[in-house]
Amino acid sequence: MSSEVKTTESYVELPKTLSELRAGIASGSTRATDLAAGYYQRIELKNPRLNAYLSLTKERALQQAAHVDALAAKGDPLPILAGIPVGIKYALVMKVAPVTASSKILQGYYPPYDATAVAKLEASGAVLLGKLNCDEFAMGGSNENSAYGPVRNPIDTERVPGGSSGGSAAAVAANMAVATLGSDTGGSIRQPASFCGVVGVLPTYGRVSRYGLIAFASSLDRVGPFAANVRDAATMLGVIAGHDPKDATSSSAPVPDYAAESDKGAERMRIGVPAEYFGEGLEPEVRAAIESGIAALEAAGCSVKKISLPHTKYAIPTYYLVATAEASANLARYDGVRYGYRSPESETLSAMYCHSRDEGFGAEVKRRILLGTYALSAGYYDAYYLKAQQVRRLLAEEFLRAFAEVDAIVTPTSPTPAFKIGEKADDPLAMYLADIYTVTASLAGICGVNVPCGTTEAGLPVGMQVLAAHLNESAAFRVARAVEATCGGAIGLRRE
Amino acid sequence: MTAKVTVEDVERVAELGHLELAPGESQRMQHDLNAILDYVAELNELDTTGVIPLAQVSDLLSVGAGELRPDAVLPSLDRAVVLSQAPETDGVFFKVPKVIER
Repeated sequence: MSSEVKTTESYVELPKTLSELRAGIASGSTRATDLAAGYYQRIELKNPRLNAYLSLTKERALQQAAHVDALAAKGDPLPILAGIPVGIKYALVMKVAPVTASSKILQGYYPPYDATAVAKLEASGAVLLGKLNCDEFAMGGSNENSAYGPVRNPIDTERVPGGSSGGSAAAVAANMAVATLGSDTGGSIRQPASFCGVVGVLPTYGRVSRYGLIAFASSLDRVGPFAANVRDAATMLGVIAGHDPKDATSSSAPVPDYAAESDKGAERMRIGVPAEYFGEGLEPEVRAAIESGIAALEAAGCSVKKISLPHTKYAIPTYYLVATAEASANLARYDGVRYGYRSPESETLSAMYCHSRDEGFGAEVKRRILLGTYALSAGYYDAYYLKAQQVRRLLAEEFLRAFAEVDAIVTPTSPTPAFKIGEKADDPLAMYLADIYTVTASLAGICGVNVPCGTTEAGLPVGMQVLAAHLNESAAFRVARAVEATCGGAIGLRRE
Repeated sequence: MTAKVTVEDVERVAELGHLELAPGESQRMQHDLNAILDYVAELNELDTTGVIPLAQVSDLLSVGAGELRPDAVLPSLDRAVVLSQAPETDGVFFKVPKVIER
């Protein structure tokens, strides 16, 4: 292994699988309270360097673990995630824990309710360890936009973990949680999963309730899981998916047993490889790793077909107009009146609004509010916002046509592996362009999975993005399992 | 659609968004907005005449999305719990600085 990659310790095993852990708890050989205590020890050891967790919820976690142990001792049937230690992104609300979306403007806010996805995890026996760092209001691709400091990539701590759900990806990669929740608006689950060498799931829009997710762009926001392997990620999705009366956009389509679906194998599945995702800007080492992954799918009995998605190049401009317009509306609520930060000593209400927002928001959030407000303002609305919504339809319809011919589409998740901290921090446009392969699925509302697909020469993880049609997560999981089986799966920390 | 954003435009938009920018910050934002808007002007290449805008994707899903719940009154969060999170209250209402200048 090249000396370029520096790990924080000599060797770390990845988390055990959900079924191994659950079997241990059911048989009495592992106690949920011990498991949780062990994870808190690991967090204490590793988090000071990685900065993935921003707050811990020990009391709530240990109470839940004790409850699981009591069930196991009585021999009662255990729920599917009994005793499993999980972490939650700082953009999802959870009672008894502060939630700031990594912004100063929500400093000190303790939400009075649980997000639906969080409540469902706990109802299924999961032990909620704490809250994970992310880019401020989930805006960013490197986790450098957090008001509480950047997260470091456990594989190479000089590099970013990706973003915005950087803490959620890093926590799994460093085994500071067995699984985590993140959110994905333009790639914020898939890209950090790719940079940290773990599995991350973008569920279909509406598959998982957004209730309790701090809104960034409501027509794009999704809640989804991270795990160290595809089957566990599928299990996690099965727990959090489903209709929620509190989110009118959530789908009432039945929730399949995703883990069992993922066991079905990928034989005879039709795979599309879009030329537009393999063009200029794709690093050769990433391309080579993805091509090996595609060869592995052929070997597993898939038929691989070249396809074309010609509107792909318009996805970034479309995304940054739609997302910022929605963000400018969503972030209007932070005004220092009802929660979070209020600038002291303002003479009038309007001065208080301006000062609170000026002092509370970071530069990237302000940039996006300005861009979104501009795109929605009189005289520019048709040229920018409406135009972007029209192109959004063209992009979505292009995917619908493609999925009439293929069961899944495979691409690189990111054109590069994890970059160095600070490398792109001064060039917002360069940072936006790095989202080129992920924003398309966000706009179209389709689902996808990042699955680890080998490494570069220097040992940095490469991720393959497996996309599938609306509500066809099962297809994405089956293909991802086949890639995982031949391309090594999650990375974990290495021996130097 | 290739409008050049001026510092005055940035300040006007900042005012609409209730943001106050430091003088140096306005120039920086002007530069960034122009770079981004130059880039998004690429969309002009596409003829979108007659394309119906897509605001959100629920109508593309074949099953079970966008169903509204019955319009029934349900219990909400407790007032005291909600007010406990506010920077300033009188126990019943949120308190803010004066709205009208004399």
